[in-house]
Amino acid sequence: MIYLQLFLVYLKIGLLGFGGGYAMLSMIQFEVVEKHGWMTLSEFADVVALSQMTPGPISINCATYVGYQVGGIIGSLLASTAIVMPSLVLLYFVLRYLFKNKDNFIVRTTLKNLKPFVAGLIFAAALLMMNGANFPDVGLGDNNVSIIICAVTFVCVFFFKVNPMLLIAIAGIAGIVFF
Amino acid sequence: MKICWQLFVTFLNIGAFTLGGGYAMLDMIERAVVKRRRWIEHGEFWESIAVVQSLPGVFAVNCALYVGYRIGGTKGAIAASLGAMLPSIVIMLFIAIFFTDYKDNPTVEKIFRGIRPCVVALILSPALKMCISAKVNWKTAIFPIGTALLIWWFKISPAYIILFAIIVCLIHAILIGNVE
Repeated sequence: MIYLQLFLVYLKIGLLGFGGGYAMLSMIQFEVVEKHGWMTLSEFADVVALSQMTPGPISINCATYVGYQVGGIIGSLLASTAIVMPSLVLLYFVLRYLFKNKDNFIVRTTLKNLKPFVAGLIFAAALLMMNGANFPDVGLGDNNVSIIICAVTFVCVFFFKVNPMLLIAIAGIAGIVFF
Repeated sequence: MKICWQLFVTFLNIGAFTLGGGYAMLDMIERAVVKRRRWIEHGEFWESIAVVQSLPGVFAVNCALYVGYRIGGTKGAIAASLGAMLPSIVIMLFIAIFFTDYKDNPTVEKIFRGIRPCVVALILSPALKMCISAKVNWKTAIFPIGTALLIWWFKISPAYIILFAIIVCLIHAILIGNVE
């Protein structure tokens, strides 16, 4: 039963995962953390960090990890297969139809206008993660280390395009020093 | 058969050695497929990638599927996408198995307490960048903000929202398509 659930959840994520890895993360987070309670928001943040530090697509890394947590090795294989299945089927149609209509106005406009919604999806993922478990020192004293880490990371990655992996490593060192 | 093996090995390499997710892999794919192996011409590759990019699912695997299908048909598609997926599955499985043993180690716990707020910022950044690339202004900001609030505050599934958004955008596109 848990295997079927896992498979169906990741099938859904694969089918509706428009807009790349981060948009999928928000869908994964909603299903895995909020709806099914397979892991906590802190664990989810850890998995995202681990996925960033290992090679390969973030969504597959994440699916493998969550699948293992929920259903062992079989679970991890099921989840990572399910997440790519929908695009496997879709791509067949696309290769036959869409490629011949690359300049199709309706398809192009629809996908362009979808972007603001996808951005909202990713915002929601970040908002959901701004909780007491990920920012445990907020409101306890005057040294809000976790907020400073978050703000500095944001400035570095958004304005200065610093490599995310380097930032994760620095944040990890900051964790040892300040916590 | 030989081409399938080549596809598998090429994408296995890309999957095993590219850090940083889908878009970092795209650069490696172009180098291998267009420049080194000369399987697909430069112009055709980028035109097709633009289409592949708009599909749902895992971007890097979709790219592998497209290249595999284009070069070796159905078998090629399977070989290439398996190659692209296999390294992340194997590596992540090892981490999942061993991370659970070290999770409660005090030092590891401290490291991850530092990393968690950093991850929040790493997710926030692409959301803002996507707003900028979609040319969101003060009026259209209602769409990303509304979407985020519906999920975050009202706990509505992102799946419903994206389905709804696809329908609305499709109708809108059909309507303005007819006007032009």
